Amino acid sequence: MSLTGVLRPGHVSIRVLDLPAALTHYVDRLGLIESDRDEQGRVYLKGWDERDWFSVVLREADAPGMDYMGFKVDSPATLDRLAGRLREFGCKVERIPAGELKHCGERVRFDSPTGHSFELYAQKDYLGTAMGLQNPDPWHEECLKGMQVQRFDHCLLYGDDLDGTVKLFTEVLGFHISENVMDGELRIGCFLTCGMKAHDLAIIRHPEKNRFHHASFMLGTWEDVLRAADIIGRFKIPLDIGPTRHGITRGRTIYFFDPSGNRNEVFSGDYTYYPDYEPIRWTADSLGGAIFYHDQALNERFLTVVT
Amino acid sequence: MSFEIEILDSGERYACSAAQTLLGAMHQLGRRGIPLGCRSGGCGVCKVELLSGEVETGRMSRAHITHEEQAKGIVLACRACPRSAVQLRVLGHMQRVFGSSAMQSNVPTLRPAEAATHQR
Ligand code: FES
Ligand SMILES: [Fe+2]
Repeated sequence: MSLTGVLRPGHVSIRVLDLPAALTHYVDRLGLIESDRDEQGRVYLKGWDERDWFSVVLREADAPGMDYMGFKVDSPATLDRLAGRLREFGCKVERIPAGELKHCGERVRFDSPTGHSFELYAQKDYLGTAMGLQNPDPWHEECLKGMQVQRFDHCLLYGDDLDGTVKLFTEVLGFHISENVMDGELRIGCFLTCGMKAHDLAIIRHPEKNRFHHASFMLGTWEDVLRAADIIGRFKIPLDIGPTRHGITRGRTIYFFDPSGNRNEVFSGDYTYYPDYEPIRWTADSLGGAIFYHDQALNERFLTVVT
Repeated sequence: MSFEIEILDSGERYACSAAQTLLGAMHQLGRRGIPLGCRSGGCGVCKVELLSGEVETGRMSRAHITHEEQAKGIVLACRACPRSAVQLRVLGHMQRVFGSSAMQSNVPTLRPAEAATHQR
């Protein structure tokens, strides 16, 4: 197995203003499955094709945004090793005992130069999918709802010290840069991968620290993206932009807002990234098409609205 | 029941029912004046000050509307439904950073503490 170290994005904790409204949105509209709740009132969700117990945690708060994003690592030994490396890098590192999030083993929480909180963990309970592991059907009608998102895929975050966070993820955590967005010699956006997807994390340069642009969920096909657009119309979900295509990562995509103003993306398709690839470079004179390939123009709301 | 909303900055006037938000009615009619963001009370770009009239508000991000502001009639237009005719002034704005000359500076822009503390 050549995929070692950090394996994949494992969860995102999102703050919402109104939990019942958020559940209608994430469960009935996106199609995530509620898998638990805890005594703090947090709700745990997962996509229909995800095997671990949860990938989204919703927490009611008086301001929306992202609490933290978590990545799964391949072993407890890797968790210990990376905790030490993160400390050496200068991160504030905190070890959160197993069970603080239900069904999740010990977590190593760390801050980043862009002000975001991330965490690593090696173990999460297996819940499985409705299809199971033995002679599985490709999908199961009982777990398909709304947009039918398969799984949590990535986050895009905004923050000031972009180069610092890129250094942290590449030099300490072993991520690769799949694509850079440049304004002359200044990097203004970076797409990072820890596996074979075009991105697992994206960061955009922005004057403020710790801003959340979107959490993204994967769909199977472009047709599914169009169906998601129908659901957005049917339930009057605030649309941001789409359906369209990104030049960056090639994703076919649509963006909209949850009932607390957090942006969501559902998308389908990218390309396979191999670790020997050189980063793709986007230049300022092609920014419009890099972000929205059909319009070939930037969109004010997409670029500025964050939580 | 429909009320007249007036955006004093632009002189724009439009009708808004009691079931619509100040921002939603404007957007639905294709009118402009208040910046349109998340339409869910989270991003703060639709912040307005009511100079006359009554509204009923839903939950709004405290990172953008403090209790004191709310008491002074400052609300997020996407979370305010009119209960009378309303005159308002726009406070929110879209702050363009990506791809603009602001990006050329590596120095983080300092913002008021109220806007910068998002973690609750
Ligand atoms: S549009 Fe985002 S708070 Fe109103
Ligand atoms: Fe995305």
